[in-house]
Amino acid sequence: MGQIATPNPTSATVSVTLRINGEERNLQLDPRTTLLDALREQLALSGSKKGCDQGQCGACTVHINGQRVLACLSLAIAHQHDEITTIEGLADGGELHPMQAAFIECDGFQCGYCTPGQIMSAVAMLEEAARQIPSHADELSLEEIRERMSGNICRCGAYPNIVEAIRHAQTIGKKGRS
Amino acid sequence: MHPFEYVEATDPAAAIHAAGEGAQSVFFAGGTTLIDLMKLDVMTPAKLVDVNHLPFSSIEEQPDGILIGANVRNSDLAHHATIREQYPVLSEALLAGASAQLRNMASTGGNLLQRTRCTYFRDINSACNKRQPGSGCDAITGVNRMHAILGTSDYCIATHPSDMCVALVALDAVIHTQMHNGTKRQIPITEFYLLPGETPERETVLNRAELITHVHLPANPMARRSHYLKVRDRASYEFALASAAVALETKGQTITRASVALGGVGTVPWRSKEAEAALTGKPAERVTFEAAADAALAPAKPQHHNAFKIELAKRTLVLALEELMARSF
Repeated sequence: MGQIATPNPTSATVSVTLRINGEERNLQLDPRTTLLDALREQLALSGSKKGCDQGQCGACTVHINGQRVLACLSLAIAHQHDEITTIEGLADGGELHPMQAAFIECDGFQCGYCTPGQIMSAVAMLEEAARQIPSHADELSLEEIRERMSGNICRCGAYPNIVEAIRHAQTIGKKGRS
Repeated sequence: MHPFEYVEATDPAAAIHAAGEGAQSVFFAGGTTLIDLMKLDVMTPAKLVDVNHLPFSSIEEQPDGILIGANVRNSDLAHHATIREQYPVLSEALLAGASAQLRNMASTGGNLLQRTRCTYFRDINSACNKRQPGSGCDAITGVNRMHAILGTSDYCIATHPSDMCVALVALDAVIHTQMHNGTKRQIPITEFYLLPGETPERETVLNRAELITHVHLPANPMARRSHYLKVRDRASYEFALASAAVALETKGQTITRASVALGGVGTVPWRSKEAEAALTGKPAERVTFEAAADAALAPAKPQHHNAFKIELAKRTLVLALEELMARSF
Protein backbone atom coordinates (compact mmCIF):
# COMPACT_ATOMS: atom_id res chain seq x y z
CA MET A 1 0.00 0.00 0.00
CA GLY A 2 1.30 3.42 -0.93
CA GLN A 3 0.45 6.72 0.60
CA ILE A 4 -2.46 7.06 3.00
CA ALA A 5 -3.88 10.46 3.78
CA THR A 6 -6.48 10.62 6.51
CA PRO A 7 -8.03 14.01 7.14
CA ASN A 8 -9.82 14.89 10.34
CA PRO A 9 -13.42 15.83 9.71
CA THR A 10 -12.22 19.41 10.17
CA SER A 11 -9.44 20.65 7.96
CA ALA A 12 -6.38 18.49 8.40
CA THR A 13 -3.70 18.94 5.79
CA VAL A 14 -1.26 16.47 4.31
CA SER A 15 2.19 16.95 2.88
CA VAL A 16 2.28 16.76 -0.90
CA THR A 17 5.18 17.20 -3.33
CA LEU A 18 4.42 18.26 -6.87
CA ARG A 19 6.83 18.63 -9.78
CA ILE A 20 5.70 21.68 -11.72
CA ASN A 21 7.51 23.26 -14.68
CA GLY A 22 10.64 21.33 -13.72
CA GLU A 23 10.66 22.40 -10.07
CA GLU A 24 9.73 20.40 -6.98
CA ARG A 25 7.21 22.22 -4.82
CA ASN A 26 6.27 21.10 -1.30
CA LEU A 27 2.78 21.87 -0.10
CA GLN A 28 0.57 21.31 2.90
CA LEU A 29 -2.92 20.80 1.57
CA ASP A 30 -6.34 19.38 2.27
CA PRO A 31 -6.69 16.10 0.30
CA ARG A 32 -9.74 17.63 -1.38
CA THR A 33 -7.60 20.26 -3.13
CA THR A 34 -7.76 20.05 -6.90
CA LEU A 35 -4.61 20.52 -8.91
CA LEU A 36 -6.11 23.76 -10.22
CA ASP A 37 -6.64 25.19 -6.73
CA ALA A 38 -3.17 24.09 -5.65
CA LEU A 39 -1.66 25.92 -8.65
CA ARG A 40 -3.70 29.06 -8.32
CA GLU A 41 -4.21 29.47 -4.59
CA GLN A 42 -1.05 28.00 -3.12
CA LEU A 43 1.64 28.29 -5.77
CA ALA A 44 0.66 31.65 -7.27
CA LEU A 45 0.56 30.04 -10.71
CA SER A 46 -2.65 31.76 -11.73
CA GLY A 47 -2.18 31.33 -15.48
CA SER A 48 -4.38 28.22 -15.46
CA LYS A 49 -7.91 29.56 -15.25
CA LYS A 50 -11.00 28.43 -13.39
CA GLY A 51 -13.91 28.75 -15.80
CA CYS A 52 -16.59 26.17 -15.05
CA ASP A 53 -14.72 24.12 -12.42
CA GLN A 54 -16.57 21.02 -13.63
CA GLY A 55 -14.66 19.81 -16.65
CA GLN A 56 -16.73 21.50 -19.32
CA CYS A 57 -14.75 24.53 -20.53
CA GLY A 58 -11.04 23.63 -20.80
CA ALA A 59 -9.75 26.90 -19.28
CA CYS A 60 -7.76 24.90 -16.70
CA THR A 61 -5.94 22.71 -19.27
CA VAL A 62 -2.41 21.74 -18.18
CA HIS A 63 -0.04 18.97 -19.28
CA ILE A 64 0.57 15.98 -17.06
CA ASN A 65 3.43 13.83 -18.39
CA GLY A 66 2.98 15.58 -21.72
CA GLN A 67 -0.74 14.90 -22.00
CA ARG A 68 -3.35 17.65 -21.92
CA VAL A 69 -5.74 17.19 -19.00
CA LEU A 70 -8.15 19.24 -16.89
CA ALA A 71 -6.66 20.50 -13.63
CA CYS A 72 -10.11 21.18 -12.15
CA LEU A 73 -11.01 17.47 -12.18
CA SER A 74 -7.59 16.34 -10.96
CA LEU A 75 -6.72 15.92 -7.30
CA ALA A 76 -3.33 17.42 -6.47
CA ILE A 77 -2.53 14.56 -4.09
CA ALA A 78 -2.92 12.03 -6.90
CA HIS A 79 -0.19 13.59 -9.07
CA GLN A 80 2.88 13.38 -6.87
CA HIS A 81 4.69 11.09 -9.32
CA ASP A 82 3.96 13.23 -12.34
CA GLU A 83 5.58 15.94 -14.41
CA ILE A 84 3.18 18.89 -14.54
CA THR A 85 3.51 21.73 -17.03
CA THR A 86 1.44 24.89 -16.86
CA ILE A 87 1.24 27.90 -19.17
CA GLU A 88 3.94 29.53 -17.01
CA GLY A 89 6.33 26.75 -17.99
CA LEU A 90 5.75 26.91 -21.72
CA ALA A 91 8.08 29.73 -22.72
CA ASP A 92 11.80 29.04 -22.99
CA GLY A 93 13.18 31.70 -20.68
CA GLY A 94 12.27 35.00 -22.31
CA GLU A 95 11.34 33.41 -25.61
CA LEU A 96 7.70 32.61 -26.19
CA HIS A 97 6.66 29.16 -27.29
CA PRO A 98 5.73 29.25 -31.03
CA MET A 99 2.09 28.69 -30.09
CA GLN A 100 2.11 31.69 -27.75
CA ALA A 101 3.74 33.80 -30.45
CA ALA A 102 1.18 32.59 -33.00
CA PHE A 103 -1.75 33.54 -30.76
CA ILE A 104 -0.34 37.08 -30.56
CA GLU A 105 0.47 37.21 -34.26
CA CYS A 106 -3.01 36.03 -35.28
CA ASP A 107 -4.92 37.85 -32.54
CA GLY A 108 -6.24 34.52 -31.27
CA PHE A 109 -8.14 35.93 -28.30
CA GLN A 110 -10.40 38.70 -27.13
CA CYS A 111 -10.83 38.84 -23.34
CA GLY A 112 -7.98 36.33 -22.89
CA TYR A 113 -9.53 34.28 -20.10
CA CYS A 114 -9.63 31.00 -22.02
CA THR A 115 -6.30 31.67 -23.75
CA PRO A 116 -3.88 29.78 -21.43
CA GLY A 117 -6.11 26.70 -21.72
CA GLN A 118 -6.43 27.14 -25.48
CA ILE A 119 -2.66 27.38 -25.87
CA MET A 120 -1.86 24.42 -23.60
CA SER A 121 -4.48 22.37 -25.42
CA ALA A 122 -3.24 23.42 -28.87
CA VAL A 123 0.40 22.58 -28.09
CA ALA A 124 -0.56 19.06 -26.99
CA MET A 125 -3.00 18.71 -29.87
CA LEU A 126 -0.33 19.25 -32.52
CA GLU A 127 1.90 16.71 -30.78
CA GLU A 128 -0.99 14.21 -30.70
CA ALA A 129 -1.71 14.77 -34.37
CA ALA A 130 1.93 14.24 -35.30
CA ARG A 131 2.17 11.10 -33.16
CA GLN A 132 -1.12 9.35 -33.73
CA ILE A 133 -2.26 9.95 -37.27
CA PRO A 134 0.75 10.09 -39.58
CA SER A 135 -1.36 10.63 -42.67
CA HIS A 136 -2.64 13.88 -41.21
CA ALA A 137 0.71 15.13 -39.99
CA ASP A 138 1.23 17.43 -42.98
CA GLU A 139 -1.55 19.84 -42.29
CA LEU A 140 -4.68 19.50 -40.25
CA SER A 141 -7.86 20.66 -41.92
CA LEU A 142 -9.89 23.42 -40.29
CA GLU A 143 -12.51 20.84 -39.43
CA GLU A 144 -9.97 18.59 -37.74
CA ILE A 145 -8.53 21.44 -35.70
CA ARG A 146 -12.00 22.46 -34.55
CA GLU A 147 -12.86 18.88 -33.57
CA ARG A 148 -9.59 18.32 -31.74
CA MET A 149 -9.95 21.64 -29.91
CA SER A 150 -13.62 21.19 -28.99
CA GLY A 151 -12.77 20.80 -25.31
CA ASN A 152 -11.79 24.46 -25.09
CA ILE A 153 -14.68 26.88 -25.03
CA CYS A 154 -14.21 30.58 -25.90
CA ARG A 155 -17.06 32.71 -24.68
CA CYS A 156 -15.92 35.65 -26.83
CA GLY A 157 -16.16 33.44 -29.91
CA ALA A 158 -12.61 34.08 -31.06
CA TYR A 159 -12.57 30.67 -32.71
CA PRO A 160 -11.63 31.74 -36.28
CA ASN A 161 -8.44 33.42 -35.08
CA ILE A 162 -7.67 30.61 -32.63
CA VAL A 163 -7.80 28.13 -35.50
CA GLU A 164 -5.68 30.47 -37.59
CA ALA A 165 -3.10 30.76 -34.79
CA ILE A 166 -2.86 26.98 -34.52
CA ARG A 167 -2.33 26.62 -38.28
CA HIS A 168 0.26 29.37 -38.10
CA ALA A 169 2.07 27.67 -35.22
CA GLN A 170 2.03 24.39 -37.12
CA THR A 171 3.69 26.09 -40.09
CA ILE A 172 6.30 27.79 -37.90
CA GLY A 173 6.98 24.46 -36.18
CA LYS A 174 7.60 22.77 -39.52
CA LYS A 175 9.94 25.50 -40.70
CA GLY A 176 11.75 25.32 -37.38
CA ARG A 177 12.30 21.59 -37.69
CA SER A 178 13.47 21.57 -41.30
CA MET B 1 -16.82 18.65 -1.10
CA HIS B 2 -17.01 16.35 1.90
CA PRO B 3 -13.72 15.35 3.54
CA PHE B 4 -12.36 11.94 2.59
CA GLU B 5 -9.48 9.63 3.27
CA TYR B 6 -7.14 9.12 0.30
CA VAL B 7 -5.39 5.80 -0.16
CA GLU B 8 -3.00 5.03 -3.00
CA ALA B 9 -3.17 1.32 -3.74
CA THR B 10 -0.10 -0.48 -5.06
CA ASP B 11 -1.60 -3.90 -5.72
CA PRO B 12 -5.12 -5.16 -6.54
CA ALA B 13 -5.63 -7.14 -3.33
CA ALA B 14 -4.71 -4.13 -1.21
CA ALA B 15 -7.05 -1.93 -3.24
CA ILE B 16 -9.94 -4.32 -2.79
CA HIS B 17 -9.19 -4.67 0.93
CA ALA B 18 -9.05 -0.90 1.37
CA ALA B 19 -12.31 -0.41 -0.52
CA GLY B 20 -14.00 -3.11 1.56
CA GLU B 21 -13.40 -1.26 4.80
CA GLY B 22 -16.29 1.08 5.48
CA ALA B 23 -19.42 1.33 3.39
CA GLN B 24 -18.53 4.70 1.89
CA SER B 25 -15.39 3.74 -0.03
CA VAL B 26 -14.97 4.10 -3.77
CA PHE B 27 -12.27 3.32 -6.32
CA PHE B 28 -10.70 6.39 -7.90
CA ALA B 29 -9.35 6.17 -11.45
CA GLY B 30 -9.60 9.05 -13.98
CA GLY B 31 -11.86 11.00 -11.64
CA THR B 32 -13.73 12.71 -14.47
CA THR B 33 -17.11 11.61 -13.12
CA LEU B 34 -16.24 11.13 -9.47
CA ILE B 35 -14.54 14.47 -8.71
CA ASP B 36 -17.25 16.32 -10.62
CA LEU B 37 -20.01 14.64 -8.62
CA MET B 38 -18.12 15.07 -5.34
CA LYS B 39 -17.95 18.82 -5.95
CA LEU B 40 -21.74 18.79 -6.39
CA ASP B 41 -22.15 16.70 -3.19
CA VAL B 42 -23.96 14.10 -5.31
CA MET B 43 -21.30 11.58 -4.29
CA THR B 44 -19.90 11.84 -0.76
CA PRO B 45 -17.42 8.97 -0.31
CA ALA B 46 -15.51 8.72 2.97
CA LYS B 47 -12.55 7.07 1.27
CA LEU B 48 -10.97 7.23 -2.19
CA VAL B 49 -8.87 4.22 -3.14
CA ASP B 50 -6.59 5.39 -5.96
CA VAL B 51 -6.22 2.50 -8.42
CA ASN B 52 -4.24 4.41 -11.04
CA HIS B 53 -0.99 2.67 -10.17
CA LEU B 54 -2.33 -0.87 -10.45
CA PRO B 55 -0.86 -2.92 -13.32
CA PHE B 56 -3.86 -2.71 -15.65
CA SER B 57 -2.52 -0.32 -18.27
CA SER B 58 -1.82 -2.54 -21.26
CA ILE B 59 -3.71 -3.63 -24.36
CA GLU B 60 -2.81 -7.25 -25.08
CA GLU B 61 -3.55 -9.04 -28.31
CA GLN B 62 -4.46 -12.63 -27.55
CA PRO B 63 -5.50 -15.54 -29.79
CA ASP B 64 -9.14 -15.22 -28.69
CA GLY B 65 -9.39 -11.46 -28.75
CA ILE B 66 -8.00 -8.37 -27.08
CA LEU B 67 -7.56 -7.83 -23.35
CA ILE B 68 -7.80 -4.18 -22.34
CA GLY B 69 -6.55 -3.14 -18.91
CA ALA B 70 -9.04 -1.18 -16.80
CA ASN B 71 -6.56 1.70 -16.49
CA VAL B 72 -6.07 2.14 -20.24
CA ARG B 73 -7.04 5.72 -21.03
CA ASN B 74 -9.86 6.36 -23.49
CA SER B 75 -7.46 8.22 -25.82
CA ASP B 76 -4.93 5.37 -25.87
CA LEU B 77 -7.66 2.83 -26.58
CA ALA B 78 -9.17 4.96 -29.36
CA HIS B 79 -5.81 5.40 -31.11
CA HIS B 80 -4.59 1.82 -30.73
CA ALA B 81 -3.80 0.49 -34.22
CA THR B 82 -5.47 -2.91 -33.73
CA ILE B 83 -8.60 -1.40 -32.22
CA ARG B 84 -8.89 1.03 -35.13
CA GLU B 85 -8.44 -1.74 -37.66
CA GLN B 86 -10.34 -4.64 -36.10
CA TYR B 87 -12.91 -2.86 -33.92
CA PRO B 88 -13.46 0.54 -35.59
CA VAL B 89 -16.81 1.01 -33.84
CA LEU B 90 -15.01 1.22 -30.50
CA SER B 91 -12.42 3.74 -31.68
CA GLU B 92 -15.13 5.87 -33.29
CA ALA B 93 -17.33 5.76 -30.20
CA LEU B 94 -14.48 6.80 -27.93
CA LEU B 95 -13.49 9.69 -30.18
CA ALA B 96 -17.12 10.84 -30.34
CA GLY B 97 -17.17 11.17 -26.56
CA ALA B 98 -16.11 14.07 -24.34
CA SER B 99 -13.03 16.16 -25.27
CA ALA B 100 -9.39 15.26 -25.87
CA GLN B 101 -8.49 16.37 -22.33
CA LEU B 102 -11.17 14.19 -20.76
CA ARG B 103 -10.27 11.22 -22.97
CA ASN B 104 -6.67 11.53 -21.75
CA MET B 105 -7.95 11.24 -18.17
CA ALA B 106 -10.88 8.82 -18.35
CA SER B 107 -10.12 5.12 -17.89
CA THR B 108 -11.73 2.08 -19.49
CA GLY B 109 -12.97 0.76 -16.13
CA GLY B 110 -14.24 4.17 -15.08
CA ASN B 111 -16.11 4.76 -18.32
CA LEU B 112 -18.04 1.53 -17.69
CA LEU B 113 -19.24 3.10 -14.43
CA GLN B 114 -19.87 6.61 -15.78
CA ARG B 115 -22.91 8.17 -14.09
CA THR B 116 -25.89 9.70 -15.81
CA ARG B 117 -25.98 13.39 -16.82
CA CYS B 118 -29.64 13.67 -15.69
CA THR B 119 -29.83 17.23 -14.32
CA TYR B 120 -32.05 16.12 -11.44
CA PHE B 121 -29.55 13.45 -10.41
CA ARG B 122 -26.83 16.13 -10.45
CA ASP B 123 -28.86 18.60 -8.37
CA ILE B 124 -29.07 17.58 -4.70
CA ASN B 125 -32.13 19.79 -4.23
CA SER B 126 -34.18 17.68 -6.66
CA ALA B 127 -35.98 14.43 -5.98
CA CYS B 128 -34.06 11.52 -7.50
CA ASN B 129 -34.57 7.85 -6.75
CA LYS B 130 -31.15 7.03 -8.14
CA ARG B 131 -29.32 9.44 -5.83
CA GLN B 132 -31.70 9.12 -2.87
CA PRO B 133 -33.89 6.00 -3.08
CA GLY B 134 -37.54 6.69 -2.31
CA SER B 135 -37.33 10.45 -2.88
CA GLY B 136 -39.16 10.36 -6.22
CA CYS B 137 -38.23 11.39 -9.76
CA ASP B 138 -38.39 15.05 -10.71
CA ALA B 139 -37.34 14.21 -14.27
CA ILE B 140 -40.61 12.43 -15.06
CA THR B 141 -42.59 15.61 -14.38
CA GLY B 142 -39.78 18.00 -15.27
CA VAL B 143 -37.73 18.92 -18.32
CA ASN B 144 -36.88 15.58 -19.86
CA ARG B 145 -35.76 16.31 -23.42
CA MET B 146 -32.43 14.51 -22.86
CA HIS B 147 -33.90 11.52 -21.02
CA ALA B 148 -34.31 7.88 -21.97
CA ILE B 149 -37.10 6.32 -24.01
CA LEU B 150 -35.99 2.70 -23.66
CA GLY B 151 -35.67 0.73 -20.43
CA THR B 152 -37.31 3.37 -18.25
CA SER B 153 -39.48 2.77 -15.20
CA ASP B 154 -41.82 4.84 -13.05
CA TYR B 155 -38.83 5.34 -10.75
CA CYS B 156 -36.18 6.55 -13.18
CA ILE B 157 -35.77 7.73 -16.77
CA ALA B 158 -32.09 8.73 -16.61
CA THR B 159 -30.08 8.14 -19.79
CA HIS B 160 -26.85 6.14 -19.68
CA PRO B 161 -24.32 8.69 -20.99
CA SER B 162 -21.45 6.59 -22.34
CA ASP B 163 -20.50 6.20 -26.00
CA MET B 164 -17.78 3.62 -25.33
CA CYS B 165 -20.20 1.27 -23.60
CA VAL B 166 -22.59 1.29 -26.55
CA ALA B 167 -19.79 0.03 -28.79
CA LEU B 168 -18.74 -2.54 -26.16
CA VAL B 169 -22.31 -3.85 -26.01
CA ALA B 170 -22.35 -4.28 -29.79
CA LEU B 171 -19.01 -6.11 -29.55
CA ASP B 172 -20.15 -8.49 -26.77
CA ALA B 173 -17.32 -7.37 -24.50
CA VAL B 174 -16.68 -9.27 -21.28
CA ILE B 175 -15.81 -7.46 -18.04
CA HIS B 176 -13.21 -9.08 -15.79
CA THR B 177 -13.34 -8.35 -12.07
CA GLN B 178 -11.61 -9.31 -8.86
CA MET B 179 -13.16 -9.56 -5.39
CA HIS B 180 -12.23 -9.63 -1.73
CA ASN B 181 -11.01 -13.21 -1.34
CA GLY B 182 -9.14 -13.17 -4.64
CA THR B 183 -12.15 -14.54 -6.53
CA LYS B 184 -12.33 -13.39 -10.12
CA ARG B 185 -15.29 -13.39 -12.44
CA GLN B 186 -16.11 -12.57 -16.04
CA ILE B 187 -19.34 -10.72 -16.74
CA PRO B 188 -20.72 -10.32 -20.28
CA ILE B 189 -21.46 -6.61 -20.72
CA THR B 190 -24.99 -7.45 -21.79
CA GLU B 191 -25.53 -8.80 -18.25
CA PHE B 192 -23.50 -6.08 -16.50
CA TYR B 193 -26.02 -3.23 -16.40
CA LEU B 194 -29.29 -3.33 -14.46
CA LEU B 195 -32.47 -1.69 -15.70
CA PRO B 196 -33.68 0.88 -13.17
CA GLY B 197 -36.93 -0.90 -12.27
CA GLU B 198 -37.76 -0.05 -8.66
CA THR B 199 -34.10 0.23 -7.64
CA PRO B 200 -32.40 2.76 -9.95
CA GLU B 201 -29.64 3.24 -7.36
CA ARG B 202 -28.34 -0.19 -8.39
CA GLU B 203 -26.76 0.33 -11.81
CA THR B 204 -24.59 -2.76 -12.30
CA VAL B 205 -24.22 -6.29 -10.95
CA LEU B 206 -20.92 -5.36 -9.25
CA ASN B 207 -20.61 -6.12 -5.55
CA ARG B 208 -19.14 -3.65 -3.10
CA ALA B 209 -15.34 -3.43 -3.44
CA GLU B 210 -15.41 -5.54 -6.62
CA LEU B 211 -12.66 -4.17 -8.84
CA ILE B 212 -12.84 -4.06 -12.63
CA THR B 213 -9.46 -5.26 -13.87
CA HIS B 214 -9.91 -5.76 -17.63
CA VAL B 215 -12.32 -5.68 -20.53
CA HIS B 216 -12.06 -8.48 -23.06
CA LEU B 217 -13.07 -8.03 -26.69
CA PRO B 218 -13.78 -11.47 -28.17
CA ALA B 219 -12.24 -12.16 -31.58
CA ASN B 220 -14.95 -11.24 -34.06
CA PRO B 221 -14.35 -10.93 -37.82
CA MET B 222 -17.62 -9.02 -38.20
CA ALA B 223 -16.26 -6.25 -35.95
CA ARG B 224 -13.92 -5.12 -38.76
CA ARG B 225 -17.04 -3.94 -40.52
CA SER B 226 -18.48 -1.83 -37.74
CA HIS B 227 -19.37 1.82 -37.25
CA TYR B 228 -20.53 4.33 -34.64
CA LEU B 229 -22.74 7.28 -35.48
CA LYS B 230 -23.63 9.91 -32.87
CA VAL B 231 -26.20 12.70 -33.16
CA ARG B 232 -26.08 15.59 -30.70
CA ASP B 233 -26.96 19.23 -30.14
CA ARG B 234 -23.41 20.41 -30.89
CA ALA B 235 -20.99 19.20 -33.56
CA SER B 236 -18.56 18.02 -30.88
CA TYR B 237 -18.09 17.69 -27.13
CA GLU B 238 -21.70 16.88 -26.26
CA PHE B 239 -23.66 13.90 -25.04
CA ALA B 240 -25.72 11.93 -27.54
CA LEU B 241 -29.35 12.60 -28.31
CA ALA B 242 -29.15 9.32 -30.17
CA SER B 243 -26.33 7.09 -31.33
CA ALA B 244 -25.92 3.73 -33.01
CA ALA B 245 -23.17 1.11 -32.91
CA VAL B 246 -23.53 -1.33 -35.79
CA ALA B 247 -21.65 -4.29 -37.24
CA LEU B 248 -22.66 -6.36 -40.24
CA GLU B 249 -21.60 -9.54 -41.99
CA THR B 250 -22.91 -9.99 -45.52
CA LYS B 251 -22.82 -12.67 -48.21
CA GLY B 252 -23.49 -11.11 -51.55
CA GLN B 253 -26.26 -8.63 -50.86
CA THR B 254 -27.68 -10.61 -47.95
CA ILE B 255 -27.01 -9.81 -44.29
CA THR B 256 -25.90 -12.99 -42.57
CA ARG B 257 -25.15 -11.54 -39.12
CA ALA B 258 -25.77 -8.19 -37.43
CA SER B 259 -25.01 -6.44 -34.18
CA VAL B 260 -26.91 -3.33 -33.15
CA ALA B 261 -26.69 -1.17 -30.02
CA LEU B 262 -28.15 2.26 -29.33
CA GLY B 263 -26.92 5.12 -27.13
CA GLY B 264 -28.50 8.32 -25.81
CA VAL B 265 -31.92 6.70 -25.68
CA GLY B 266 -31.63 3.94 -23.06
CA THR B 267 -31.30 3.76 -19.30
CA VAL B 268 -28.50 1.31 -20.07
CA PRO B 269 -26.32 0.93 -23.20
CA TRP B 270 -29.06 -0.59 -25.34
CA ARG B 271 -28.61 -3.82 -27.31
CA SER B 272 -31.37 -4.38 -29.84
CA LYS B 273 -31.82 -8.05 -30.59
CA GLU B 274 -35.07 -7.03 -32.34
CA ALA B 275 -33.14 -4.96 -34.87
CA GLU B 276 -30.60 -7.72 -35.37
CA ALA B 277 -33.39 -10.23 -36.09
CA ALA B 278 -34.95 -7.81 -38.57
CA LEU B 279 -31.63 -7.46 -40.42
CA THR B 280 -30.48 -11.07 -40.51
CA GLY B 281 -31.26 -12.94 -43.73
CA LYS B 282 -32.50 -9.79 -45.46
CA PRO B 283 -30.99 -7.75 -48.31
CA ALA B 284 -28.67 -4.97 -47.15
CA GLU B 285 -30.81 -2.07 -48.33
CA ARG B 286 -32.72 0.87 -46.94
CA VAL B 287 -36.08 -0.91 -46.60
CA THR B 288 -34.43 -3.53 -44.40
CA PHE B 289 -32.67 -0.89 -42.32
CA GLU B 290 -35.94 0.98 -41.77
CA ALA B 291 -37.65 -2.21 -40.66
CA ALA B 292 -34.81 -2.84 -38.21
CA ALA B 293 -35.12 0.71 -36.88
CA ASP B 294 -38.87 0.29 -36.40
CA ALA B 295 -38.21 -2.96 -34.53
CA ALA B 296 -35.54 -1.38 -32.34
CA LEU B 297 -37.76 1.51 -31.28
CA ALA B 298 -41.02 -0.43 -30.98
CA PRO B 299 -40.68 -0.70 -27.17
CA ALA B 300 -39.89 3.05 -26.81
CA LYS B 301 -41.86 5.04 -24.27
CA PRO B 302 -41.55 8.81 -24.73
CA GLN B 303 -41.78 11.42 -21.98
CA HIS B 304 -43.26 14.91 -22.35
CA HIS B 305 -40.24 16.49 -24.08
CA ASN B 306 -38.44 13.64 -25.82
CA ALA B 307 -40.85 11.96 -28.24
CA PHE B 308 -38.61 13.32 -31.03
CA LYS B 309 -35.95 10.85 -29.96
CA ILE B 310 -37.94 7.93 -31.37
CA GLU B 311 -37.76 9.19 -34.94
CA LEU B 312 -34.24 10.57 -34.39
CA ALA B 313 -32.95 7.21 -33.13
CA LYS B 314 -34.56 5.40 -36.08
CA ARG B 315 -32.93 7.75 -38.59
CA THR B 316 -29.62 7.51 -36.76
CA LEU B 317 -29.67 3.72 -36.98
CA VAL B 318 -30.66 3.72 -40.66
CA LEU B 319 -27.92 6.23 -41.51
CA ALA B 320 -25.33 4.29 -39.49
CA LEU B 321 -26.14 1.14 -41.46
CA GLU B 322 -26.08 3.01 -44.78
CA GLU B 323 -22.73 4.61 -43.96
CA LEU B 324 -21.34 1.22 -42.98
CA MET B 325 -22.48 -0.39 -46.24
CA ALA B 326 -21.02 2.50 -48.22
CA ARG B 327 -17.54 1.72 -46.92
CA SER B 328 -15.29 -0.54 -48.92
CA PHE B 329 -13.77 -3.58 -47.25
